[in-house]
Amino acid sequence: MVGKNCFAIASDRRLGVQLQTVATDFQRVFKIHDKLYIGLSGLATDVQTLYQRLVFRHKLYQLREERDMKPQTFASLVSALLYEKRFGPYFCQPVIAGLGEDNEPFICTMDCIGAKELAKDFVVSGTASESLYGACESMYKPNMEPEELFETVSQALQASVDRDCLSGWGGYVLVVTPTEIQERVIKGRMD
Amino acid sequence: MTGAMDLPPKGGFSYDYCRRNAMLADKGLKMPGFLKTGTTIVGLVFQDGVVLGADTRATEGPIVADKNCEKIHFMAPNIYCCGAGTAADTEAVTDMVSSQLQLHRYATGRESRVVTALTLLKSHLFSYQGHVSAALVLGGVDVTGPHLHTVYPHGSTDTLPFATMGSGSLAAMSVFESQYKEGLTREEGIKLVADAIRAGIFNDLGSGSNVDVCVITKGKTEYLRNHQLPNPRTYASSKGYSFTKGQTEVLYTKITQLKPKVEVTEGDAMEE
Repeated sequence: MVGKNCFAIASDRRLGVQLQTVATDFQRVFKIHDKLYIGLSGLATDVQTLYQRLVFRHKLYQLREERDMKPQTFASLVSALLYEKRFGPYFCQPVIAGLGEDNEPFICTMDCIGAKELAKDFVVSGTASESLYGACESMYKPNMEPEELFETVSQALQASVDRDCLSGWGGYVLVVTPTEIQERVIKGRMD
Repeated sequence: MTGAMDLPPKGGFSYDYCRRNAMLADKGLKMPGFLKTGTTIVGLVFQDGVVLGADTRATEGPIVADKNCEKIHFMAPNIYCCGAGTAADTEAVTDMVSSQLQLHRYATGRESRVVTALTLLKSHLFSYQGHVSAALVLGGVDVTGPHLHTVYPHGSTDTLPFATMGSGSLAAMSVFESQYKEGLTREEGIKLVADAIRAGIFNDLGSGSNVDVCVITKGKTEYLRNHQLPNPRTYASSKGYSFTKGQTEVLYTKITQLKPKVEVTEGDAMEE
């Protein structure tokens, strides 16, 4: 979700095999560089593989260009990587969030074959995505400060995952402003 | 597998996950749905050129994923293409042909022709036998005049004075069939296209939100993004939700200060 010169990216923490929970501290939001994060929902093995491939490509880019990748460029990279597997896709929907030039927040999501969907307010993905659309649509306000943005994102996340059996067991919220990164683990229903 | 990690791949599709995905599907894993563009896309030829129109809703099953997406894609300064079908396919195929047209322009030194774009698109789509699900309305003005074509996912094409594609194509075609005539002026053309898209937006469930229009004439292209917004969001309260600080229970906080990155510019050569 986008705020005023900042963005927040959040995920739940459950890892499960259909109805059985295997872990309650699964990391889904990964750092690419200080101002660029990617959240990956879907099949856990594809989440980790895709993250490793993207970090590899970004490190190569950093070595060649001697700078970090812009969020728009990174989004195109992820889209190309996913579309390459058009007929045998990764079972993964990414959510990309970053601060671009002039610390302008950038967010986008994609389906599992790389169709980019840019938004100016919020993007969602995962098993609870339909609830998340509704919660974010009603709770979002433009130009929120980081504290209010954190509260809004946490409430939207909690509200939606509580209505989804396959998500939950706490939440992890990351708020990034031009000067600092705030990572918080929030307390949720453990069912 | 280590070979795939050494170099970025050469391009084209890679099929290495097909067998794994088939195995997972057997075990009961549901394939996530693709983003489709639902869509009403239209085009018509008027006296000075071509007008293209599209709605702006992207759907994922029955859910609206994007309320304001762009379906009119740039191919060349004088050629634009509207896309319906699977969103990733329309974006990838139009980007690819747009790059090929640019290279062709550099090689020939001439403005791109609409038939060039058409042939590139139809040969790509035919070679994938319809699995690349992109239904396109291609329009533009080149040295030979204004052209409008439709391209179907299997690679067949039609050349028409007015065309509609997508789930809302019947609603839009009804408007065109009743009101189209030869030699329309620019204003009449834009109005007719907007009327046809609105028919699709209000009558077809897969199309919605706003109307995008693109007018291409000899030497000039105008992309009227969100030309009409017939579905504004009226239910949101001006106050919105407000959450007080501290309303969410936090278990663990970690704040990292971001150091401003130091730019390394050319330094002096090292002293021996």
